[in-house]
Amino acid sequence: MRIKEHPILKFNKEKKIKFIFNGQELEGYEGDTIAAALHAQGVKVLGKSLFLHRPRGFYCAIGNCSSCLMTVNGVANVKTCVTDLEEGMVVETQEGKGVIV
Amino acid sequence: MKQAEIVVIGGGPAGLCAAMSAAKSGAGVLIIDRNKSLGGQLVKQTHMFFGSEKQYASTRGIDIPEILLKELAKYKDKVEIKTNSTAVGFYEDGVITVLEKEDKYYKVEPKAVVVATGAYEKFLSFPNNDLPGIYGAGAVQTLMNVHGVKPGNRVLMVGAGNIGLIVSYQLMQAGVKVAAILDAAPKIGGYLVHASKIRRMGVPILTSHTVKEAIGKDFLEKAVVCKVDEKFNPIPGTEITFDVDVMCISVGLTPLNELLAMRGCRMKYVPQLSGLVPVRDENYETTVENIFVAGDASGVEEASAAMVEGYLAGLCAAAKIGYKPDDFYERRKDYMNQLNNLRSGPAARHILAGLDQIRR
Ligand SMILES: Cc1cc2nc3c(=O)[nH]c(=O)nc-3n(C[C@H](O)[C@H](O)[C@H](O)COP(=O)(O)OP(=O)(O)OC[C@H]3O[C@@H](n4cnc5c(N)ncnc54)[C@H](O)[C@@H]3O)c2cc1C
Ligand code: FES
Repeated sequence: MRIKEHPILKFNKEKKIKFIFNGQELEGYEGDTIAAALHAQGVKVLGKSLFLHRPRGFYCAIGNCSSCLMTVNGVANVKTCVTDLEEGMVVETQEGKGVIV
Repeated sequence: MKQAEIVVIGGGPAGLCAAMSAAKSGAGVLIIDRNKSLGGQLVKQTHMFFGSEKQYASTRGIDIPEILLKELAKYKDKVEIKTNSTAVGFYEDGVITVLEKEDKYYKVEPKAVVVATGAYEKFLSFPNNDLPGIYGAGAVQTLMNVHGVKPGNRVLMVGAGNIGLIVSYQLMQAGVKVAAILDAAPKIGGYLVHASKIRRMGVPILTSHTVKEAIGKDFLEKAVVCKVDEKFNPIPGTEITFDVDVMCISVGLTPLNELLAMRGCRMKYVPQLSGLVPVRDENYETTVENIFVAGDASGVEEASAAMVEGYLAGLCAAAKIGYKPDDFYERRKDYMNQLNNLRSGPAARHILAGLDQIRR
């Protein structure tokens, strides 16, 4: 779901990046945040809520609300809406609080 | 511990202007912003700005940061910029703690501070409001206009203020269908020019309507809306169901300024300024000496006022720590006049009523 044509903006999406989401290889672009790359691939559920285990997606996309926390490269509670995607990143939906190593 | 003369927290229009103004007076400035680039809310505003000439009216929001940064570059030996850096604490002894990316943590002890952290989006309560697919209007804008990703296929916009109307238009520019715009108020809040443009594109604007519930298993699939009476109570039997995969919540912003509360500045709830705001004097100095505020963090208004408040706060903060230029009083008067002009129209009446309540 990338925007192909736009009357005002041009998106310089050139360099592709491969990353792993829940064990599956996906593609994004350099400059994407993790949440944007996932959304572009149709992934909206980023985690589960703490107590009722309800699905969680992003909400503010500016690092304010913590609705988008995921486990990235083994590190829990990463705000994926403001964290840049990197080559080979391992991204997982987070259930519960996550463990701080 | 890092030392700095003036720390500006937040590099949106208010913070950039505050930094520029302080540096122009000769003070050393450190700008801290948690985003990876500067410009705050402006980086996603593709429309031409309203306001007055001096504050870049008719320039697209996205082009304003570049103009400001170019101006700021003139003082580059005075200004240090830290992006990807969040101010996470502001303590009684004046120390600010900063988290850079996920792993670097340090303290800064400045002589004066300008807090220009902006605002955050309000939320709305209704059953299943936590489903993925229900996003803030600012988030939808960031996704589309910064990352080039569509939020979904069909959107229900909640809120017919300027932001709701503008984002609806931007969604259509990105090739996304807008099913309807609703607002609980009996009248459209935003400018009529925006509303007419959207109506001409075939999008209904339903006033006196609110969200009854969201439906979906893992993410939003449908939204049920209903009419409300003059006391905003739902009217049974008026439900309409929309097949939408995105609901965009645009019911206003509220100032983001917990750092000031944490530091011990006196705060007051002022509905006309959209929430809890710091009490301050006409120089935008809060009740704690040498701590200033500017922009939406001091009350939600718009970018034009945020910029002028920034210039004023930066000038006064620098003067307080010994950098008082010869033309201090002229500059200060000029900024105050600009603010008065911006707030002279009927649309700004509530802002003036709000400001009356927090003057120190
Ligand atoms: C859709 C839309 C349309 C608009 N149209 C107009 C218009 O036509 N004309 C107009 O004048 N205004 C308009 N505005 C309003 C304008 O964008 C805002 O009023 C303006 O951006 C406020 O500036 P600011 O500097 O106070 O805050 P912001 O622009 O929000 O900047 C705040 C900055 O602080 C940073 N920050 C926050 N907390 C921290 C922290 N703890 N540590 C470090 N950094 C932090 C953020 O990353 C951000 O960069 C519009 C707004 C929207 C959403
Ligand atoms: S969506 Fe709000 S913090 Fe990421």
